[in-house]
Amino acid sequence: MKVSMTVNGQQHTDDVEPRLLLAHYLRDVLGLKATNIGCDTTSCGACTVIVDGLSVKSCTVLAAQADGSQVTTLEGLAGPDGELHPMQKAFREEHGLQCGFCTPGMVMAAIGVLADNPDPSDREVREGLEGNLCRCTGYHNIVRAVRSAAQAGPAAGQVPQDQEVAR
Amino acid sequence: MSILGTRVVRTEDPLFLTRGATYTDDLVDDRLTGALHVTFVRSQVAHGRLLSVDTSAAREAPGVVAVYTAEDCADLAPIPAGLPMVPPAMQRPWLAQGKVRFVGDIVAVVLTEERYQGEDAAELVSVDIDPLPAVVTTADAAAGEVLLFEDAGTNVMATFGEPAPADFFSGCEVVVEQRMVNQRVAPVPLETRAAAAAWGDDGRVTIWCTNQGAQQAKGEIAGWLGMDPARVHLITPDVGGGFGAKIGADPEYAFTAWLAQRAGRPVRWTENRSENLVGMLHGRGQDQTVRIGGRRDGTIEAYSIAVDQDGGAYPRVGIILPTLTMLMAAATYAFPKVHAHGRALATNTTSIGAYRGAGRPEATAAVERAIDLFAAEIGMDPAEVRRKNLVPSFSEPHTTPSGATYDSGEYTAALEKALEAAGYDELRAEQARRRERGEARQLGIGLSTYVEITGADTGLGSAESAELEVHADGTATVLTGTSPHGQGHATAWAMLASDQTGIPVEKITVLHGDTDRIPRGGGTMGSRSLQQGGAAVHQAAVELVALAKQRAAERLEVDAADLELDLAGAGLAVRGTPGAGVTLAELAADEPLLVQTRFEAAAPTFPFGAHVAVVEVDVESGKAELQRLVAVDDAGTIVNPLLAEGQRHGGYAQGVAQALLEEVLYDADGNPQTSTLADYPFVSATELPSFELVDMATPTPINPLGAKGIGEAGTIGSTPAVHNAVIDAVAHLGVRHIDMPTTPMKVWRAIQQAQQGGSNA
Amino acid sequence: MIPGAFEYVRPGTVEEAVAALVEHGDDAKLIAGGHSLLPLMKLRLAMPAVLVDISRIPDLSYVRVEGDEVAIGAGTRHFELEKDDVARAEVPILPYAASQVGDPQVRHRGTLGGTVAHSDPASDLPTALLALGGSVVVQGPGGRRSIPMTEFWLGFYETALAEDEVVVEVRVPRTGSAGWAYEKFTRRANDWPIVAVAAVEGRVALANMAGAVVRATATEEALARGASIAEAAGLADEGTSPSSDMHADPEYRRHLARLLTRRALEKASGAGAAAA
Ligand SMILES: Cc1cc2nc3c(=O)[nH]c(=O)nc-3n(C[C@H](O)[C@H](O)[C@H](O)COP(=O)(O)OP(=O)(O)OC[C@H]3O[C@@H](n4cnc5c(N)ncnc54)[C@H](O)[C@@H]3O)c2cc1C
Ligand code: FES
Ligand code: FES
Repeated sequence: MKVSMTVNGQQHTDDVEPRLLLAHYLRDVLGLKATNIGCDTTSCGACTVIVDGLSVKSCTVLAAQADGSQVTTLEGLAGPDGELHPMQKAFREEHGLQCGFCTPGMVMAAIGVLADNPDPSDREVREGLEGNLCRCTGYHNIVRAVRSAAQAGPAAGQVPQDQEVAR
Repeated sequence: MSILGTRVVRTEDPLFLTRGATYTDDLVDDRLTGALHVTFVRSQVAHGRLLSVDTSAAREAPGVVAVYTAEDCADLAPIPAGLPMVPPAMQRPWLAQGKVRFVGDIVAVVLTEERYQGEDAAELVSVDIDPLPAVVTTADAAAGEVLLFEDAGTNVMATFGEPAPADFFSGCEVVVEQRMVNQRVAPVPLETRAAAAAWGDDGRVTIWCTNQGAQQAKGEIAGWLGMDPARVHLITPDVGGGFGAKIGADPEYAFTAWLAQRAGRPVRWTENRSENLVGMLHGRGQDQTVRIGGRRDGTIEAYSIAVDQDGGAYPRVGIILPTLTMLMAAATYAFPKVHAHGRALATNTTSIGAYRGAGRPEATAAVERAIDLFAAEIGMDPAEVRRKNLVPSFSEPHTTPSGATYDSGEYTAALEKALEAAGYDELRAEQARRRERGEARQLGIGLSTYVEITGADTGLGSAESAELEVHADGTATVLTGTSPHGQGHATAWAMLASDQTGIPVEKITVLHGDTDRIPRGGGTMGSRSLQQGGAAVHQAAVELVALAKQRAAERLEVDAADLELDLAGAGLAVRGTPGAGVTLAELAADEPLLVQTRFEAAAPTFPFGAHVAVVEVDVESGKAELQRLVAVDDAGTIVNPLLAEGQRHGGYAQGVAQALLEEVLYDADGNPQTSTLADYPFVSATELPSFELVDMATPTPINPLGAKGIGEAGTIGSTPAVHNAVIDAVAHLGVRHIDMPTTPMKVWRAIQQAQQGGSNA
Repeated sequence: MIPGAFEYVRPGTVEEAVAALVEHGDDAKLIAGGHSLLPLMKLRLAMPAVLVDISRIPDLSYVRVEGDEVAIGAGTRHFELEKDDVARAEVPILPYAASQVGDPQVRHRGTLGGTVAHSDPASDLPTALLALGGSVVVQGPGGRRSIPMTEFWLGFYETALAEDEVVVEVRVPRTGSAGWAYEKFTRRANDWPIVAVAAVEGRVALANMAGAVVRATATEEALARGASIAEAAGLADEGTSPSSDMHADPEYRRHLARLLTRRALEKASGAGAAAA
């Protein structure tokens, strides 16, 4: 079947099997390999992307279900000049990543947390990230990164594609 | 000012944060064009006679190129037991033959054009197994009624030492004994296992895989396949976590090479999580019996531990874990007498390997529980019992009755720092208040002190290689035999090189994990990297500067003694003659400026520390929640506090998870109960507080950096502190011991039993 | 892991969805948020031949007051319910229970209709709905009918819904400022409940204590005859048939049901009746 969607600001139309998962569509069809797959049971959040302004686990969405949507992955966050998104910047400064496998999903979920609550407490960040597992960082620096990103203002809770929509 | 000791943010991050790292499954490489996808068909039965494997339907499925069973790989000799103490009959066939020995044993392999076709076809392979009784526990294994390897005549994989003599505790006023479980856990690096293989026209195979040490994996794979190692080129791309479970090659990795040859096309394999949770090595898995004896004044006179290590179905590195547990049995204490012995047993379960700490957390968990049991028995504060028995401060090597020689230690200072930072006395007062009021939420305070061994030589030596080359454009390249997978070596090794040469960190590229470029290397495991690999980089930089000095002296026609390092300019300056000098880059333009070196560590190092955990236990439901974790971890000199803290945080989380949550479970037939992340209770952000880190740094004399290992210490210290805290919270209700993980049901039941008058353990 | 192959259709109306169900019968499955169905399909525990995607049908997502009741569209996603002002004012237990489902990403996808139709005995919203009472409105080839909440969940993955019917709406009584509580017991915050208890206006429902969500009738009767909270809560597990898994055996589940019921009733009766 045919699916069309805008991924990181670019329009794509492809012929896919109905059962193709959005995560595999992004990785294998579009070659956007940042989005990772860490489980079979919608548990780990490594595959989190933003679809129409909401964080979702792309391993549990069919590409067919995202037909017509706006999708943002980690690759779509930095500015055209390479300027890091406030969340990316905060993850780097606070050492919020080690092996990096959870990171793409964690960053997208963290943007979702701030979209929902622009100035969360530690506890609220932890609850907001309850669907994202990290084996390396013990979450300590991830929590710090999200809270420090929150200080950067509303952009930390938005993807560039939202900002375009808002404009 | 030296860059060492400063919080340099990681150079690897910009790429990781914008494009993502490149893990094995992400590889886009010409050599892998047209690669077939590998899908393993695994046994769903723990123990049984393999009657038949029918692949006919699978062969007809769309996209299937080949399906292989044991008969097809008769050219492959079984994978040997590998360790000299293991009965040779305990070898692993590549594909199960005659018998299956655990849920996850490979019975067939499917090659398909597309990823999705593999799963469809694998479903069509029909496997007929006649089940045998399963050996699930070490007790089952020891009973020996059912054998995994009939030819071995035993389930005992290895034996280490003899039981303690009967009079070992004679003369002690008080002796406490406890059986305890250091439960089997799953390492769960977030990246599952993955590999790819492609043969070149030159008759060499390139294998990509996610692993903690390319050179070791290459050697094993070549050995298993009976190949000349020179024909294997192994590359570890970015690796999404390892935690010990990616040490050494897995049979699946070697298999990709064989499959690619057989199919005449490159192949790739990425397991899914359900496969990972049964196929990848598990960790821990010890049944322990500890005895501790001493006087009522708190002096401990003798301590013994007996270890039954669950080895799983086929011998892997896990079977030597008892030796590390035994080596570290004396822990931080000045016990006059220590006895330890152990054995490893085969069970119809996933093989046990190394998991963050590997053998040392088990030692610490046992002794720290034992101390608390002893304290409870004599009615003394557990902090006081520790104070009375810790090895006093030492800066000359200290040899323990269990045979370890510690480099330096300040155990009492570490404990006092932790107690002070935690506000121990106030915590005890608050605990007393809650007990008095009979509140539903009781406070538990748990302590641990630990010492562990890092950079131990576990058979691969204790040396590491490094190469440093300065280029004419002012950049430099470091080649290292370590194998970072989150630890940040690209940044830390660049700092070490920069510290000596003045070349800015951003201009230094660190490469690892390619056996053609870096033939020798020990990988990253056992918290060895900085003290051996980092020390090698440091040594390379020192040697490079010395070499540059000679060259500069010739070029500038001055005496080498008149040259001094100009760190700001990354060059050599003539002393007293401003403006005269030459940069390393200029020297590199003349002729290559490169050194290769090897650092040999004289001995392992022994980081130590003390943790205080504060938990709240809802005594009505049994649920324990960690409120605080205060941690002193002394790993000697710190090169980059940001990275070292990150290692500690991650270690704590895994340690806490073992105490509170995580456990791999099997039913009585050997069926795994925790083979998805929906069932395996991987610790998430909501069960953890932000941690309270206390700094302490006692340099080691063992290496020029003064550094000890920090990768595993957090795990080792945190587990017993949290475990002790949970039991402490309910001790006033009569509870003496609860095995890990301290799940709500276990805690509730322990309280019930204690209240009904009986001792609960 | 990936689902087996299937055909995918995307009706634009409930009528078309019903027609697709009629046409494909047994082979077809509705998919809304997909957060119960896709995980099952990935593990190949469900292998429908046709997926009927109802998530794009317009006007199935709403919360509105209709007389004494609040009507909620089946397509309402958990996060929408969680944040809805009308729901917060009129049936506060529901948005709170919605906030307890899984994690934010799950709540961004999962729908009320999906969790109602799925009938997992451990699900949060059905437990709260059962305590509220009211009805589930379903539409089939013969039009709409209304099924009382107490008759809807029959067992594990089993409901009073016919194969060719679609859940379109849920209707619950307005409880306004009446006391309520939802007590969910988990090991990790984002887990399914080991046991959960919903209490509102003297009605009590339990999650994970039987094949489906159930009412704690003995507790309700005791409360009705004026028994103390402690006494009534002590009866909460009566008539239940809790299962055993690695988190809890039946004895412990029964204990939790009694304990959580006591806590829920205490909270619900407390002044102001705050959430957790
Ligand atoms: C990781 C994870 C954690 C979760 N944790 C929790 C939790 O803690 N508590 C909890 O309660 N739930 C939890 N859930 C389940 C979640 O709430 C689901 O979203 C919900 O159960 C199903 O809603 P859905 O819209 O996704 O349904 P779908 O998956 O689309 O459908 C589920 C079933 O209902 C049928 N169906 C869907 N819509 C209709 C309709 N309108 N009419 C008739 N039949 C229909 C489908 O055919 C299917 O059989 C969790 C899910 C995941 C993946
Ligand atoms: S891969 Fe999607 S949640 Fe784990
Ligand atoms: S950084 Fe490795 S899993 Fe999070």
